[in-house]
Amino acid sequence: MPEPILRTNRLDARYGDFQALYCVDMELGEGEVVAIIGANGAGKTTLMRSVSGLMKNAAEQIVYRGRPIGALRADQVAELGIGLVPEGRQLFPSLSVEENLIIGGRVGRSGPWSLAAIYALFPVLEERRHLPSTSLSGGQQQMVAIGRALMANPDLVMFDEISLGLAPVVIKQIYDALPGIVGEGMSAVVVEQDVTKALSVSSRVYCLQEGRVSLEGCSDTVTREEISRAYFGQ
Amino acid sequence: MDWVNAILQGTLLGGLYALFAAGLSLIFGVMRLVNIAHGDLIVLAAYLALTVIMALGIHPLMSLLAVVPVMAVVGYVLQRSILNRTLGDDILPPLLVSFGLSVIIQNALLETYTADPQRLSAGPIEVASLNLGGLAVGYLPFLMFVTAVAIIGGLQIVFYRTGLGRAFRAVSDNQDIAQLMGINRRHVFALAMALSLAVTAVAGIFLGIRTSFDPATGPARLIFGFEAVIIGGMGSLWGTLAGGVILGVSQAIGAQVNPGWQILAGHVAFLVILAVRPRGLFPRMDG
Ligand SMILES: Nc1ncnc2c1ncn2[C@@H]1O[C@H](COP(=O)(O)OP(=O)(O)OP(=O)(O)O)[C@@H](O)[C@H]1O
Ligand SMILES: [Mg+2]
Repeated sequence: MPEPILRTNRLDARYGDFQALYCVDMELGEGEVVAIIGANGAGKTTLMRSVSGLMKNAAEQIVYRGRPIGALRADQVAELGIGLVPEGRQLFPSLSVEENLIIGGRVGRSGPWSLAAIYALFPVLEERRHLPSTSLSGGQQQMVAIGRALMANPDLVMFDEISLGLAPVVIKQIYDALPGIVGEGMSAVVVEQDVTKALSVSSRVYCLQEGRVSLEGCSDTVTREEISRAYFGQ
Repeated sequence: MDWVNAILQGTLLGGLYALFAAGLSLIFGVMRLVNIAHGDLIVLAAYLALTVIMALGIHPLMSLLAVVPVMAVVGYVLQRSILNRTLGDDILPPLLVSFGLSVIIQNALLETYTADPQRLSAGPIEVASLNLGGLAVGYLPFLMFVTAVAIIGGLQIVFYRTGLGRAFRAVSDNQDIAQLMGINRRHVFALAMALSLAVTAVAGIFLGIRTSFDPATGPARLIFGFEAVIIGGMGSLWGTLAGGVILGVSQAIGAQVNPGWQILAGHVAFLVILAVRPRGLFPRMDG
């Protein structure tokens, strides 16, 4: 197997005295989409925060393209080509829709994504581009959050619960756009509460339970029983 | 006519208060830092100007060319080496550290320049005046006011029309997410402090031309700056200009009623506005 684009080695993470991740080993191949599932509080967001540099770890616990990055700051990780669509969208309220996208492109990596490409993917954003980002609907805000991450032309992008709180029709729209995004050769990590959705977009899946990997498998062969056991324990 | 004149003079004085306040408003807006040493940094700038003027024999306004960049560098280094370390969820460390800084600056100025009051002499323009429809407007107060408006307008452009301003607003909104955009917040904070102290340099030189100063002058300037920022609404630049003008006009009206009431009238106006609009006149929409 070729060297994965991202690997975590016995990754631990803590908030003060509380340990949120224990010994997490995870791998993501070049161009692969991996799903991460797990109950509320399992540690999915903590894993995203660790990889993106928002939480500090020991350097070797996270390896990106053979390079230990666990101890880098988030802005340095972003420069290396790792993007995050954070849970709850988290747009910049003082910036317009277009400014949110432009600031996403600030790291200045080259690639297929530009303002024009984002507007082609989500035409509704172009109509609203001068509005404050907070004036958009939840689904449109999620489109901005996705576009903002893509603007950096990352090689690896992580989506943390992109369907949370959205109407089913909007969720479908966003998931329909996903193959076009990942098809550009990007690797992706998709965190998702909706297990069916998660399995349908990914080739492999990890399940977290109370900060530990409780299941690792191929998305088309794992069974419902395995998943529910991994979710809730015995 | 006396009243009209008082209001006009108060408005112009408000420009100077807005200059005192603009730097405070800027860093509060970007990093929620309340800089207790701001007034002393204004006085430091005035002393730096004094040194430059004595060494080179130039006009105070020319000394801006040297003092503005020096203060900007001081701001950048101060932020990166000290103030960045104090920023976090707790608001107390930055207050204490900037208070300590205030004490250090005052003592260093005392050691270097003694307690003797100093002035920056601007020559004939100090007494020159323009005639505006029967009202005599001092050339210098007018210049200060125009400068204040220009600086605040310039800061507004930086904030809302440039990449740096986008970065300022982004870190102000959400530091974590801003970092995901490749923004090094420590660097951006230091740039904000550099800009703040560059403005402070202008304020310090105008202060030195307008009144005498000594190493202990800073805290009183800080009060006027704070009042202007809070009247205008935290983090709003045009609000800060409005706050400065309201403060200046209140003082002028107070002085018109009774010369002893000048300063008191400004503080009373501040308290009244704080009681009626606790978030100031033009608070930023968010946060
Ligand atoms: N800032 C924090 N301080 C302390 N504990 C935290 C903090 N953030 C998360 N936790 C705890 O860490 C654990 C993992 O949280 P995390 O947000 O990673 O879970 P998650 O799998 O993303 O859950 P969800 O599905 O609710 O988003 C939880 O027990 C949570 O309570
Ligand atoms: Mg989460």
